Amino acid sequence: MSKVRVLVGTKKGAFVLTADGARNKWDINGPFFGGWEIYHMKGSPVDPNRLYASQSTGWFGQLIQRSSDGGQTWEPVENKFAYDGIPGTHQWYDGTPHPWEFKRVWHLESSLTDAETVYAGVEDAALFRSSDGGKSWQELSGLRGHGSGPHWTPGAGGMCLHTIILDPKNPQRIFIAISAAGAFRSDDGGQTWQPINQGLRSEHIPDPTAEVGHCVHHIAMHPANPGRLFMQKHWDVMRSDDAGASWQEVSGNLPTDFGFTIDIHAHEPETIYVVPIKSDSEHYPPDAKLRVYRSRSGGHDWEALTKGLPQSDCYVNVLRDAMSVDSLDSCGIYFGTTGGQVYCSADSGDNWLPIVRDLPSVLSVEVQTLV
Amino acid sequence: MCLIRVFLPAHLRNLVQAASEVALNVAPPVTVRSVLDALEAQYPMLRGTIRDHETQKRRPFVRFFACREDLSHDSPDSPLPEAVASGAEPLLIVGAIAGGRTVSF
Repeated sequence: MSKVRVLVGTKKGAFVLTADGARNKWDINGPFFGGWEIYHMKGSPVDPNRLYASQSTGWFGQLIQRSSDGGQTWEPVENKFAYDGIPGTHQWYDGTPHPWEFKRVWHLESSLTDAETVYAGVEDAALFRSSDGGKSWQELSGLRGHGSGPHWTPGAGGMCLHTIILDPKNPQRIFIAISAAGAFRSDDGGQTWQPINQGLRSEHIPDPTAEVGHCVHHIAMHPANPGRLFMQKHWDVMRSDDAGASWQEVSGNLPTDFGFTIDIHAHEPETIYVVPIKSDSEHYPPDAKLRVYRSRSGGHDWEALTKGLPQSDCYVNVLRDAMSVDSLDSCGIYFGTTGGQVYCSADSGDNWLPIVRDLPSVLSVEVQTLV
Repeated sequence: MCLIRVFLPAHLRNLVQAASEVALNVAPPVTVRSVLDALEAQYPMLRGTIRDHETQKRRPFVRFFACREDLSHDSPDSPLPEAVASGAEPLLIVGAIAGGRTVSF
């Protein structure tokens, strides 16, 4: 019988939530690494019991944990992320040069073909790869060396590489996104990179249509259609049908097009989900109503999904890595909030129930479908 | 060899799955550097959590106390107090403003 495993990273530890395919009775395990910030956890699609977790605090820095039994036990692996060569400077918030300094790992992405290979997106922005299950990390420095690096600036949360997407049909193609530099693509396995931000418009930079400098919040890709990307930018929901070469806005009738997360239905590549947030200064839902918006047409036309979600006095946020989907026949949609709730819809978003209500503030949610 | 007592903050105690203090054999001279070298040799997962991997500098929010003195800004090669070198007192590794736990000796 199918099972789902939900990996939840929070500001005070990691939690592993499991249920059978009905998804109505949940076991809650954790906290693992209590008191530490768990920015992200990810399982290997090759070996679902191989998990990686990013564990950090401002006091004691970064650790990487690895599990080989689906999260029951963990072992720390290498935590040294050394930039390749002299890292140089990027722009600080005020435009002055600022030294590149490693702070934390925001996102881990397991290889689609090898459980020992995993990518790490870090702050200050860079992409690292391990080919030995996290025992050592090497920077793919062609990204920082693309030439625009000295002009990258941090977003409000830091200059983080937060999105890594591996193309299932082209093993040489990788997409990444950085706040606030924008989106980049490699077609040679991460050796060289090009910015893919044409069509983005950001009013917070001197040239709103500049090649780099855009605060991309998250990107999603459906594995059946890897040339089509959906993006939640700081403001604006965007779509690309040419692997990022150009973007078109599809915000349509959303109540606000600010937000952090975006994801795609497992079986319907044109069905996408966002959680609109009021503004970049007010990080909570408009009208104090927590609403997931779904478009079945790849954008433009959106419907509010509210059944089971709080529709008054709600002031939580849903962060960029805090939404995920399962691949059961009736696709499950999951998201976590800064208020500590993790919600699940077992029917593509029509109805929602909280799996758990009172976790620490949720940083990330990843779902594994286990068969 | 000197048997040195090191008090770890809660986050790091959990990481190494140790009691509040760990005991380390350290060859003289007993300094912050030699104690941290021994600590990281015994618990490799602590590398990078107390001092930077590359520069070996103390992380900004970490403090070193002993014998009611703040040694955080001393040279890592300065000899630690004799009471630490003899094992009578622990070297305290503390997360800055890290809570109200009372430490008894």
